[in-house]
Amino acid sequence: MSLAREKAGPVYRTVREVRGPLLVVEGVKGVRYNELVEVKLADGTEIIGTVLDVYENRVVVQVFGQTEGLSLDAAVRFTGDVMRIPLSEDLVGRIFSGSFRPLDGLPEPIGYERREIFVSVINPAAREPPSEFMQTGISVIDGMNALVRGQKLPIFSEAGLPHNIMAAQIARQSTVLGSEEEFAVVFCAMGIKHEEYEYFRREFERTGALDRSVMILNLADDPIIERIIAPRIALTIAEYLAFDLDMHVLAILTDMTGYCEALRSISIAREEVPARKGYPGYMYSDLASIYERAGKIKGKKGSITMMPILTMPGGDITHPIPDLTGYITEGQLILSRELHGRGIYPPVNPLPSLSRLMKDGVGPRRTREDHMEVANQLYMAYAEGVRARDLARIIGELSLSDREKRYLKFAEEFEKRFINQGVYENRPIEKTLEIAWGLLAMLPEDELVRISEENIRKYHPRYRSA
Amino acid sequence: MSQQVGAIKRINGSLVVAEGLRGARTGDAVYIGELRLIGEVVRISGDLVALQCYEDTSGLRPGEPVIGTGAPLMAELGPGLIGEIFDGLERSEIELWKLTGPFIRRGVRIAPLRRDRRWGFESRVKPGDEVEEGDVIGVVQESSVVEHRILVPVGLRGVIESIEEGSFTVDDTIAVLVAPDGRRIPLKLVQYWPVRIPRPYRERMPIDRPLITGQRVIDTFFPVAKGGTAAIPGGFGSGKTITLQQIAKWSDADIVIYIGCGERGNEMADILTHFPELEDPRTGKKLIERAIFIANVSNLPVAAREASVYMGVTIAEYFRDQGYDVAVIIDSTSRWAEALRDISGRLEEIPAEEGYPAYLSERIAELYERAGRVVALGRDRRIGSVTIMGAVSPPGGDFSEPVTSTTMRFVGALWALDTELAYRRHFPAINWLRSFTRYVEVLEDFWVKLDPQWRTYRERALAILEEASRLEEIARVIGEKALPNDQRLILLTAEIIREGFLVQNAYHRVDTYCPPERQVKLLKIMISFYDFASELIKLGVPVDRIRGLKSVMELLRLKEREELEEIDAAYERVRGDLERLKAEYEAAGVMRGA
Ligand SMILES: Nc1ncnc2c1ncn2[C@@H]1O[C@H](COP(=O)(O)OP(=O)(O)O)[C@@H](O)[C@H]1O
Ligand SMILES: [Mg+2]
Repeated sequence: MSLAREKAGPVYRTVREVRGPLLVVEGVKGVRYNELVEVKLADGTEIIGTVLDVYENRVVVQVFGQTEGLSLDAAVRFTGDVMRIPLSEDLVGRIFSGSFRPLDGLPEPIGYERREIFVSVINPAAREPPSEFMQTGISVIDGMNALVRGQKLPIFSEAGLPHNIMAAQIARQSTVLGSEEEFAVVFCAMGIKHEEYEYFRREFERTGALDRSVMILNLADDPIIERIIAPRIALTIAEYLAFDLDMHVLAILTDMTGYCEALRSISIAREEVPARKGYPGYMYSDLASIYERAGKIKGKKGSITMMPILTMPGGDITHPIPDLTGYITEGQLILSRELHGRGIYPPVNPLPSLSRLMKDGVGPRRTREDHMEVANQLYMAYAEGVRARDLARIIGELSLSDREKRYLKFAEEFEKRFINQGVYENRPIEKTLEIAWGLLAMLPEDELVRISEENIRKYHPRYRSA
Repeated sequence: MSQQVGAIKRINGSLVVAEGLRGARTGDAVYIGELRLIGEVVRISGDLVALQCYEDTSGLRPGEPVIGTGAPLMAELGPGLIGEIFDGLERSEIELWKLTGPFIRRGVRIAPLRRDRRWGFESRVKPGDEVEEGDVIGVVQESSVVEHRILVPVGLRGVIESIEEGSFTVDDTIAVLVAPDGRRIPLKLVQYWPVRIPRPYRERMPIDRPLITGQRVIDTFFPVAKGGTAAIPGGFGSGKTITLQQIAKWSDADIVIYIGCGERGNEMADILTHFPELEDPRTGKKLIERAIFIANVSNLPVAAREASVYMGVTIAEYFRDQGYDVAVIIDSTSRWAEALRDISGRLEEIPAEEGYPAYLSERIAELYERAGRVVALGRDRRIGSVTIMGAVSPPGGDFSEPVTSTTMRFVGALWALDTELAYRRHFPAINWLRSFTRYVEVLEDFWVKLDPQWRTYRERALAILEEASRLEEIARVIGEKALPNDQRLILLTAEIIREGFLVQNAYHRVDTYCPPERQVKLLKIMISFYDFASELIKLGVPVDRIRGLKSVMELLRLKEREELEEIDAAYERVRGDLERLKAEYEAAGVMRGA
């Protein structure tokens, strides 16, 4: 098995207790905290695990594979080393399981070096703040929530919404203006359905991205606990490609809700005091140890841009999974069932969406000087329009003031012309801004208070056509 | 100090249990395992000692040694702090980067202050002088704005036997002090203080001056005083970090200590990149020359978050004792509280609400207690202050959760962020109905010097905003159109105050910082507008006529004007337009009357 260096280390047959994914092994000596363990079941199946707690010669092991079949007669081998994977450029184009077994029929990978997968922390002083605008060709992203290279920007979705289509469109269309550098996609599935995976595979294949991607797959019928290691394997590979091989990596992690469920089931098995909704108090830090692996490093060419996807349980954004994610990631794109219901694609609700790094990627010399101001104005106007729409539902459209009517009209046109676009439509940023100005021109000029007077004079259609 | 040696028995995350560490006291620093990871004693029961390890414990084995230092966790204090970025244990992250590359390694021990750097020391006392704790024996010009005052360490007094001037490293002896008992004590540029113990001072002073932040909604409506405390709670994306960064940039503190506690790495990188470029609007000097950063980001070990906060506050107190006004910014105190919860859970203490330990509120209170304005030790009665401002990150944005609700009880000002405002990109998204400050009375003297009517403007503006939100509720049911004109004028004025005063774009060249004079002027104009417009409404002028005036809509942009005269001129235009409207309606009224 490629997660361990070799078949070495003492074997114990002293399992005293089995509790879900946890084994209590006694009489062991010299075991290290967090070390990699291999467990051989009576039927010969091998699964891996790590040491969660060591109390003198009593050890709690957490396994990452199938927990059925775990019993007191399992043989436990302590490898003396933490979990590592071999790394080389040959990983590109390959497909692995969540515990790094080849799924593509090719041999086990060999690497130049083996790197540990769990602990990897970029020194904050060594980080390069991300600042290169990535054009996704999607107006609501580029125009209002622009993505920059090295950012971690999740999609908050719900079951049945087109987050996969959108993620694939982003993977397909993303470019950094004026650059032709080596890119790779690292795709990590955690508990998604086969058809969802197949969709991504086909999309990547069609666009030639498959040859430039590494896939780590834990699908819905794979062991849940394996999801704990799958993203760490994926990100260890991403780091190698980005910071050793100078590639620009887009890491897609889907579905983070699947990951968090695995985290919760371990916490419950350990009988820990939960924080909220049964999720452990350390979930924030645990998620941070994943999300914070995105970024750029001073003096290195490559980057990791991360797009985690999560389905909000019950569509509730205050649920711990989206909530803690939002506290860590550099913004969020939120899909709305309501927009989807009205046939708007992509159904991104811009109001609660945010790209925290947008300001560093747009503006003069990057995109255009009016970009940020236009975005702010669109936010304000759309919020105003949505408010008018809510009001109209209560008092009827006719009772709205002229101003409210105008904003309501704006909101509707905005959804139809700006947010809405084709799955294969790739809008350059100039086009996106042009549509935006067309919409803003529906409003009285002196209400465009978020835009400077110079930029109004320069870009407002009224002055341009004149 | 004797070294105690014990052996590891148990490892569970950041919790390590050792035995045989005789003589250890809680709070003692320890070195854990062969890697000599840094930790601290958190509990002693019989022969077993529970340790909180500040570094990742992977790879540790039972039986590995634990060495007690016999001393608590200390901050190293002296020249070289300014402009640095430390982790929670005061290791320079720039030095770590040079030493071990861009990824953090464990068990690296480096001294906080650079040992090779020499500082120009000028003495302030001479041989034969009697000195006591806190007296300034000399100074080092550490940066172009910070004169680092070298103090007689707490607990010492005596007669200066010798003192030298010149260029020294922090470890060189600069003076020798003869204590009353005849001991000769070498004094250095460096000294130490245990981070969990507040540094002593002579006495507390009344709080009476504002910490000017240049953020209108804070300074005018919810000010914090120098030596006071403030908290800024809000869900993710509501603007905690940007607001605190704005304060770090523009506040009129002498020293700013920014503690990134369990938050994003890129945010620290962003500040580190921008601070060296930004200039202080008052001194024109680079902001980096008065700032110290502690970056214990979210993916660094959780336990060290706990220490990082005390480390930062201790450094702040040290500069306070030199006579400076220090602003401490903690982003986020919730992550610090979670570190408390984490270790408490591992110690299997009985949890109170949401898994937090029962002593959470005590710890929060103690932390904010370290703020204050004081007369420092030393005979020259230097006055210094520590202002503490902390972000709070309530799960699900729910302010009733333990950390937020407890913090609200202990702080002097609360800047309650509002997700709805953030969605509309109304920034800073500080909700004017839910925020509070206890400092208005004590700060009135300052503002009244700028305009005797300040208090009235402030209160009237708040009243208009409050009335407007009540009216909006009604308008939500019947529509704005259905409201009478005087009420619609309140809505219009509230909109002007919101857009033209409260909204302040951190990224706008001019508006990012608004000096107090401009704040007062803008507010005064808006209140005057309201009074004048009210007269017109009484004359029967419909509100839409007023709203339709170009000059009135210009009030929304006045904040972007740098010159006070431009603001005056713009208001003259408003007045002119209103006068004309008034004349028109008066004439019409006369005609009707006739
Ligand atoms: N004063 C401000 N001016 C302009 N934009 C702001 C301001 N405050 C917040 N923002 C916007 O809100 C986003 C989130 O703010 P941030 O302070 O990072 O939130 P939090 O720390 O509460 O999660 C920022 O990325 C920025 O776009
Ligand atoms: Mg923040």
